[in-house]
Amino acid sequence: MTLEEKVIDIIMEQLDVSREECVPEASFQNDLGADSLDLIELIMGMEENFGMQIADDELEKISTVRDVIDFLKSKGIS
Amino acid sequence: MKRRVVITGLGAVTPLGNSVKETWEGVCAGRSGIGKITKFDTTGYKTKIAGELKHFDPLNFVGKKELHRLDDFIVYALASAQMALDDAALTIDNAIAERVGVIIGSAIGGLATLEREKETIINAGPQKVFLFTIPAVLANHGAGQVSIRFGAKGPINCPVTACAAGTNAVGDSFRIISHGYADVMIAGGAEAAVSPLCIAGFNVMKAISVNNDYPEKASRPFDRDRDGFVVSEGCGILILEELSFARNRGARIYAEVVGYGSTSDAFHMVAPPPGHEGAARCMQLALEEAGMSPAEIDYINAHGTSTPLNDVYETEAIRTVFGKHSKAIAVSSTKSMTGHLLGAAGGVEAMIAVKSVYEGIIPPTINLDHPDPACDLDYVPHKPRKKEINTAMSNTFGFGGVNAVLIVKKFSE
Repeated sequence: MTLEEKVIDIIMEQLDVSREECVPEASFQNDLGADSLDLIELIMGMEENFGMQIADDELEKISTVRDVIDFLKSKGIS
Repeated sequence: MKRRVVITGLGAVTPLGNSVKETWEGVCAGRSGIGKITKFDTTGYKTKIAGELKHFDPLNFVGKKELHRLDDFIVYALASAQMALDDAALTIDNAIAERVGVIIGSAIGGLATLEREKETIINAGPQKVFLFTIPAVLANHGAGQVSIRFGAKGPINCPVTACAAGTNAVGDSFRIISHGYADVMIAGGAEAAVSPLCIAGFNVMKAISVNNDYPEKASRPFDRDRDGFVVSEGCGILILEELSFARNRGARIYAEVVGYGSTSDAFHMVAPPPGHEGAARCMQLALEEAGMSPAEIDYINAHGTSTPLNDVYETEAIRTVFGKHSKAIAVSSTKSMTGHLLGAAGGVEAMIAVKSVYEGIIPPTINLDHPDPACDLDYVPHKPRKKEINTAMSNTFGFGGVNAVLIVKKFSE
């Protein structure tokens, strides 16, 4: 399973959205119906699944599906 | 001028079934809902039995994402409120939203979530705690989630008055409508406390039955061999409406709420006083509000927990209030079948009192094989009784010396 697939699976599970909705440019808050707590929960899910920590200042840069994938790649996760 | 308040909808999930219909059929059949605990491993626990819901599918009532965030007691409240509103054929639109309130009591709220997340702190550290821990644990979130889901914008509250919470919720809702602060109230109690801490906590107090080999016989109110109550989970919700509001929309009326009593023992942390003066006074106050004499009560749905103390003291309190008439009243404890739903008991038992008036059937007290000599009333043993009932009283008493009593009456113009 590729990194993209893993990330999208987590998003689908946690936000209860379809695969079709999880396009790279989809915004969590504007397109996927997430509120601020959903977003925190999603990030906690990513930390759990990929065994890493996302600092609060890095969190502010994450707003779309692509942002999460790019961030994980920048941490050397594949 | 006080306004009249009627009941137009009922909803419930209990150990006897996942609807009012199944629960009512269960109590009329004298069926026990008690069984082995499946919610956690009971190795090392003195009590291994409880009244759990069976085959309840939460996804019939909440989405997958929502389910994962809510404690069970909130899910039970949402399910029961949905069924009660459907039963009342009531849709809350913008025109009435601000006149619809919610009061759903709970004794201990999201205890199971609290226990689980304390383990998360111990095992994985404080940063790993479930994001929705606090809203899942808060006892008022049964009422909160129901108001959000159905758009009820009127008064909201959550009595946390132990085993009287459900009755306080219905009684306070009755007064809110009667005094004009709302036209409709969604009222009852929700509980999901079949959890390690709850069972262990009641066990060390010797408050609950240890009759693990015969779960269906464990809850035996007024019987000489009773050895404590049985913890159960579930929810009971009633829709209360101001009479003309109900009439104008052509609602079916089950019964009228006519009296409510609320008193405190001011005596002991968990024990009732001998003779249970606080309970007697509570029944008297409800009768006064209803403008009724004791002889007008046909049926009492007793608190009847199956603890050694309660059943004798409640009997004494009934004798105090009803005097000679006490022998002529049918008194039954449906906890013999449902077990004790703690903060939800008052909601479920108010529903049963309403159904008994509406259907003309008194559910029995099962397992009353050898009545305690100190318990000498007509407890409707073993079998239900068909009888025209004009008025029913529902008693609930809680730790902390809380007493709450409700009186419902067959509706007539």
